[in-house]
Amino acid sequence: MIGFAPQLAIRLALLGLVVVILQVSAVAQIRILGVNADIVPLAVASAGLLCGSLNGAALGFFAGLFVDMTLIQTLGVNSLLYLAIGYTAGRLRELRDPQGAVIPMAVGAAATVIGVGGYALMQFLLGVDAPVSFLLVGQVLLTVFVNTFAAVPTHALVRRWLLPGLPDDPRRRRRRAYTTGGLSPLSRA
Amino acid sequence: MYDAKTVRRRRAVLGLLVVSSLILLTASFGQSGGPLSSIQRGVVEVVSPIQEGASRALKPFRDLFGWVGDTVDAKGENEDLRKERDELLGEVAQSKNALLENRQLKSMLQLDDTAELAKYRPVTARVNIRSSLVLAATLNIDKGSSAGIRVDQPVITGAGLVGKVAVVGRGFSVVRLITDPRVRVSAVTQSGRTGVVKTAAGNPRDLIMDGTRATDRVDEGEMIMTAGTMSQDDELQSLYPPGIQIGRVTRVDEPGSDSQEVHLRPFVDVGRIDFVQVLTEAANGNRPVS
Repeated sequence: MIGFAPQLAIRLALLGLVVVILQVSAVAQIRILGVNADIVPLAVASAGLLCGSLNGAALGFFAGLFVDMTLIQTLGVNSLLYLAIGYTAGRLRELRDPQGAVIPMAVGAAATVIGVGGYALMQFLLGVDAPVSFLLVGQVLLTVFVNTFAAVPTHALVRRWLLPGLPDDPRRRRRRAYTTGGLSPLSRA
Repeated sequence: MYDAKTVRRRRAVLGLLVVSSLILLTASFGQSGGPLSSIQRGVVEVVSPIQEGASRALKPFRDLFGWVGDTVDAKGENEDLRKERDELLGEVAQSKNALLENRQLKSMLQLDDTAELAKYRPVTARVNIRSSLVLAATLNIDKGSSAGIRVDQPVITGAGLVGKVAVVGRGFSVVRLITDPRVRVSAVTQSGRTGVVKTAAGNPRDLIMDGTRATDRVDEGEMIMTAGTMSQDDELQSLYPPGIQIGRVTRVDEPGSDSQEVHLRPFVDVGRIDFVQVLTEAANGNRPVS
């Protein structure tokens, strides 16, 4: 588990701020297949995957709170959902440490299901009078589909931003040593 | 594996965050004027300039993506629009005659279109941010109570009805769109059938007109407008002035039955609005001119 580090905390806070502003100011206005991508759950899930459950949960909570504040919605709804996303992604890293190109896509899809589906469910529980229709289910599925593809660039950008703040793990150090050439046995030949 | 202390700390932080979320949810649910609401408005006042700047700076990117999307959509719509054009050409000839007649009559009565809208004291505002959530369709605009905007005032664009004001701060307002399940609008068809327009959940391009009678015949292609205040009782005043365009009928489910449902496509594309007008005054109790 990655503990509290001031540099990482600052990077996470800036990430949350920028992602939410980007989402509400730009991404929410771009329609693909009739729906909007939602990069906030994707960024939270990526942060969880890279930084662990605690950092993921904390980012999720504050990003959700900022979304609720910005859109003047009932506070706590998105905090709860994004905290669940960040924590679950973080636990996945801590317990399984999955590697592979499709992991960000799979985690992004799961994060969107929790984010969008959970929001719809909570609205119904809170008594928002909206009929459950196939249209709604269709929109949720389309959003998951669009977000699955948006997860790859989002994860790459989040990774690029957070990496300098993360403690060096041995596997990454080993990989970098080979790719940079200096310590590779092949370079000596 | 992690030691017991680490596990305890993780659980404690998680528990704290969950409890905080639940406390916030309980405290802010259904409240519009409590201390949390004031904090929320304060935060929005502070971040509004940042969002406005970001919104303007990112406009070229939005336009670029919008252009790509529009090109794809345009191909599909081309065929439909050709058919519609052919139908409309016939109607244009009739309308031209009616327009000439109308101008003459208006000049006789000393009425004009600008005065028509001006009596509602419209305030033009820029859209800063919008929610992308399926069940909560809102826009934040850059004008608030200092510009005379109040809760429940109608919001329009040149294309038609957008929604109504839900929350007002000093320098911002939140507009609840017609595609939000909490917005209902009393409406009337071109042929005079009345009903209530609401969202068909999940699709911002599909609204439903409910409450029509089994004997009411509504045809595909008919235009739906706001009905205004139908009652003589001032307490039952409509929020919306009469005659604001809402959309065009796309299909009617179970026509001629009690559960007849009229589907319409809104004229306003709520996903692409940059400016809106808030009608800050009601004229004649929003009653149609008889």
